Amino acid sequence: EEEEEEWHQLYPGHIPTSPLQKALLAAGSAVMALYDPYRHDMVAVLGETTGCLALPNLRDKMKNHPEGYHILQERPRIRLSTLDMARLQGLPGGSLGREYVRFLEDNKVSPDTRMPPKFVDDEELAYVIQRYREVHDLMHTLLGMPTNMLGEVVVKWFEAVQTGLPMCVLGAAFGPVRLSTRKLQVLATELVPWAIRSGLNASCVLNVYYEQRWEQPVESLREELGIFPPP
Amino acid sequence: VNQVFESVAKKYDVMNDSMTLGIHRIWKDILMHKMNPSPGTLLLDVAGGTGDIAFRFINYVRSMQERRLQRKLKNHQNLSWQEIFESYQKDKFNSLGDSQVVVCDINREMLKVGKQKAQHLGYSEGLSWVLGNAEELPFDNDKFDVYTIAFGIRNVTRIDLALQEAYRVLKPGGRFLCLEFSHVSNPLLSRLYDLYSFQVIPVLGEVIAGDWRSYQYLVESIRQFPPQEELKAMIEDAGFFKVDYENLNFGIVAIHSGFKL
Repeated sequence: EEEEEEWHQLYPGHIPTSPLQKALLAAGSAVMALYDPYRHDMVAVLGETTGCLALPNLRDKMKNHPEGYHILQERPRIRLSTLDMARLQGLPGGSLGREYVRFLEDNKVSPDTRMPPKFVDDEELAYVIQRYREVHDLMHTLLGMPTNMLGEVVVKWFEAVQTGLPMCVLGAAFGPVRLSTRKLQVLATELVPWAIRSGLNASCVLNVYYEQRWEQPVESLREELGIFPPP
Repeated sequence: VNQVFESVAKKYDVMNDSMTLGIHRIWKDILMHKMNPSPGTLLLDVAGGTGDIAFRFINYVRSMQERRLQRKLKNHQNLSWQEIFESYQKDKFNSLGDSQVVVCDINREMLKVGKQKAQHLGYSEGLSWVLGNAEELPFDNDKFDVYTIAFGIRNVTRIDLALQEAYRVLKPGGRFLCLEFSHVSNPLLSRLYDLYSFQVIPVLGEVIAGDWRSYQYLVESIRQFPPQEELKAMIEDAGFFKVDYENLNFGIVAIHSGFKL
């Protein structure tokens, strides 16, 4: 037998990997993500291969929270096919659903472009990282940040504090490298401190069953979670 | 197999360089030196996709022609201009010396990449691209002087059929050359090679081409391919004579050669 591991596919799309392969993938994806920022798949791979401590942590936080527990049980997915876009658009301005749809339209993004996990060796943790990815756009909505480089970096800082995922930490640290000095100033003096304060103060954002709260006003949800109003 | 190559076609060359640390270029150079084509050789390169062998063939033949030309010029030093002019008319001096190469591949994407490369690198004469299946070649009998298949035969489902076809399309006196991954007998090296193949190569595939699965397949197909002696026997079964092989890098790669008499 030439191969060391057997084919144990835990979920569709799962590729089992040895520790050595994970280490090589983590290093390779980090380099490639920096070299070619359009390789979103590399950022995803980096997250999966380095998340072995943070993901169980997140899962436990979810398990110990009634709403989070619910989410783990029901495993909701945020996809264009599961969202009732017409209904969300019809909701009053300022509500989560309306603002989320507005965000998707303004930035021309879709929730369907999130990569499914491949290298996470536990199918519940695979769901956790999938949920984190699908909720990312809602983070943008709650924080009021657009999808340009600056906005993404701010959200990454928030997520880094919230989740502890090394990929977020690296993204937060290295993302600013490509920004102009003027933007860097705004980032450093106003945005990042606010993101960190909010991230620390807020309860775990993965413990919110967003799909059941479309009617809730964004401001009210912010207050409930503990996210400070954006500057 | 076809799906593997469609996704792989565009990043093929980059992946080859990364996986083999550029050594595949040397292997292909050695193949060309072994072939040592003379002017007027008609070469069929099967599974030649992105043109590596074809371009090397053209370079080789061109440089041979240039040397011939230089030798001719030296010999002509004592002739009059009129006599030199006449001798050029007679020879119709062709930079390739009438050598030609046909690149045949089953995959359209690979041929597309090959044609683009040819254009980019400036190869135009003596080169043609044909879509075809190694198990059933779209050529007449006894057509080619040399048949090559470099890193392609392990992807063929019926290797015996491909070998029979190779025999059929070669002229009597023609040569069969196969460059392919083979088996490493040295136990220590074999383990290191396995480690590298299974641990590193799929990772490279994921990072560079975003495609773990295709490169996992690649590594597995190498292991399943017949070892040197077995392939030699298969080539002999197809009717070839004076079949032998040369190991490169301890058997990581081998060149098999045979003649149609």
